[in-house]
Amino acid sequence: MDVLLDNMDLYGPFFWTTIKLFLISGVASLIFGTILAGLRVSPVPVLRAIGTTYVTLLRNTPLTLVFVFLVFAYPLLEIIELSYFTAAVVALTLYTSAFICEVVRSGINTVPVGQAEAARALGLTFTQILGQIVLPQALRSVVPPLMSTLIGMLKNTTIAAGFSVTEAGAIRQYLSERGDNQLIGLLWVALGFIILVAILSVIQRSLEKRWSVAR
Amino acid sequence: MSNVLFDIPGPKARVRHRLMAVLGIVVVAAILAYIVYRFIDSGQFTARKWEWLQYAQVQTDLLNALLATLKAFALGAVLALVFGAVFAAGRLSDHAWVRGISTFIVEFFRAIPLLILMFLFYYGGPVVGVSLPPFAAVVLGLTLYNGSVLAEVFRAGIQALPRGQSEAAYALGMRKTQVMTLVLIPQAIRSMLPTIISQLVVLLKDTALGFLVTYPELLYYARYIGSQGAFGRPIVPSTIVVAAIYIALCLLLTALANVVEKRQRRSKKHLDTQPPKTTEDIAGVV
Amino acid sequence: MKIRTLAAGLLVGALTLTACGKEGSPTDNAGDAGGNGAALPTYTVAQDVTVEGSPTFDKIKGAGKITIGVKDDQPGLGLKNPTTGEFEGFDIEIAKLVAAGLGFDAGQITFTTVDSAAREAAIANGNVDYYVGTYTITDKRKTQVSFAGPYFMAGQDLLVRSDDNSITGPETLKGKKVCSVTGSTPIQRVRDQQLTEPENIVEFQKYSQCVDKLGTKEVDAVTTDDAILKGFAAQEPDTLKVVGKTFSQEPYGIGLPLNDAALRGKVDDLLQAAIDDGTWQQIYDATLGKSGSAATPPTIERY
Repeated sequence: MDVLLDNMDLYGPFFWTTIKLFLISGVASLIFGTILAGLRVSPVPVLRAIGTTYVTLLRNTPLTLVFVFLVFAYPLLEIIELSYFTAAVVALTLYTSAFICEVVRSGINTVPVGQAEAARALGLTFTQILGQIVLPQALRSVVPPLMSTLIGMLKNTTIAAGFSVTEAGAIRQYLSERGDNQLIGLLWVALGFIILVAILSVIQRSLEKRWSVAR
Repeated sequence: MSNVLFDIPGPKARVRHRLMAVLGIVVVAAILAYIVYRFIDSGQFTARKWEWLQYAQVQTDLLNALLATLKAFALGAVLALVFGAVFAAGRLSDHAWVRGISTFIVEFFRAIPLLILMFLFYYGGPVVGVSLPPFAAVVLGLTLYNGSVLAEVFRAGIQALPRGQSEAAYALGMRKTQVMTLVLIPQAIRSMLPTIISQLVVLLKDTALGFLVTYPELLYYARYIGSQGAFGRPIVPSTIVVAAIYIALCLLLTALANVVEKRQRRSKKHLDTQPPKTTEDIAGVV
Repeated sequence: MKIRTLAAGLLVGALTLTACGKEGSPTDNAGDAGGNGAALPTYTVAQDVTVEGSPTFDKIKGAGKITIGVKDDQPGLGLKNPTTGEFEGFDIEIAKLVAAGLGFDAGQITFTTVDSAAREAAIANGNVDYYVGTYTITDKRKTQVSFAGPYFMAGQDLLVRSDDNSITGPETLKGKKVCSVTGSTPIQRVRDQQLTEPENIVEFQKYSQCVDKLGTKEVDAVTTDDAILKGFAAQEPDTLKVVGKTFSQEPYGIGLPLNDAALRGKVDDLLQAAIDDGTWQQIYDATLGKSGSAATPPTIERY
């Protein structure tokens, strides 16, 4: 108990940074992932190829390597300078959106064919079909996998601790230098994550109930 | 579904598509060219930064690191599969207490980040007197986390099987364990193979976290070489090489999955079950 | 089809690489940097060494070999040469010196890398017989391990670019970006004493990453013990320099098992002898001394 109270100056702000990382990256990767899914089903073959290459590359690279590229290789490009927090957000977004793209694409496949056929019969264009008919239904039906991907991203935020982002994964190193009991400290960190994941699961269940579709 | 979203393009649409294709290629090529140009400009492709690859010791160490990654992956994969099968059966047990414990364990290990798990074993262990070498900490962490995810995958697979299978097995007089091991689990594994293999790809990538508990795998070695002042600190070249190796490994594994899936479709043993809707939600992300 | 081409490509690539493996190390051609002629001393292996009442010594005597915990990523102090696989540096030499004094030659020494946070556990469990690796003596640590030495008196210092004259000490850090290893004592000190603004504090996993950022001008100073900084400066004496104003006391000691006073006394004797006959200075000149800064031998504190 002492470990938690003595080091509240670590646990509080660090977990808050984790939550901030998660919220910002979550929204960004949902948007970017949906755009990627749109690319992958688009009528232009080149765009489909670009989407597929991007997803294949990022799904097969460890997230740590994406971070290393962004933190050490990106500054060499001398475009805009990113703070370490922003770099972490960008890395998490780029990585998670590849997975979200796949989930959304499978969601698109679950929408009954009749929907798209009726839309085409009405003369809607590709972007209209996707934006107004298919995607809303697709997203609603893949709430569990989406939530699962986002929970995975929450856990991945701990990797940012190695790249100058003071979030929950860095707590252990501070504790070890301060000479505190690392086991108890780590258990408190684990508890923190369990609580966060539980909150997300509750949200997932309530969304599922609201949007469940009888097929 | 994808080809229902748009009509066969007419003349105007073809022109528009060609325009968008050209635009897409130009944008991507410009980005890549700029990146390569900036790297060359900042000296990332000079011979000095890549000379570390030439040395025999470096090559041997790189190979050893690759072997270490594969070792952790192999052991972790086998143990995770066993763990997953055991706890999937536990969650489907008739005894409420077995179900309760299994559910608790599976949900507990799914909620903790893999990083924290590995830290718990490597740094937290000595506090209670249990000193684990990095390899054990990595394999244990991988097993517990991926095993929990695989338990969910197996459970979904078993529940997706037609009820007739288990009913027929019971009608033949098999007991619960026999039904599970002889009839249900083998079929569940076959039908969930794509998801299982994609989770194994995640496991392979997760071995990369081993460097944080000083397990000498690929990423550990990449950071070590990247920090050598004698070679001009080649952080970017070493990362590029190791990223290429990881991508190649994962692609090989995924290609293997596709081959197995195709062969399975043609096999007569395969039951045409609709993969349950919950497959993707279980597969983890890391 | 795709697998086959992929596998074939990998095999060809691997074969071409192995076919042209170069031996030796990059610093071979460069010769002794700076030509100051400092060479490593050789250690005469003591014969018939006995240490009364030391369980650790009995164990290593019986095993015929000695396991020493070290660091492998600190140039000049404890570094594993990537091309030869050998360990080199000031700490390594001190470790070899002590081992020779205990009656073990280089062939009987096994060096093993131990992470900072796992040091106490490694010594207590007997995974290593003693530990030499920028191990600062603190009272808190004395409750878990015992220390021989100190064999080097380090202090927190700053590493800056050679052409940067605006940073002359800890009080000149305001507005400058300071980098160190996540959660390390030096960076916690910077944070607690508010030597610079919170948003200017940068933390990475390894010091070498900080030094890299120093080179690309993304940070202005790297802070940690001056011994570690000197090692990095020695690798690039033209572009980096150590400020030289230490603002803390970090005595480095040799970590030994907790209740082994006999071995501790023996190691202290060996260290004192090395300081008295100039071997210590020789070792320093050949390793950290290449950075251009001098150092004085410490006074051994026996307890």
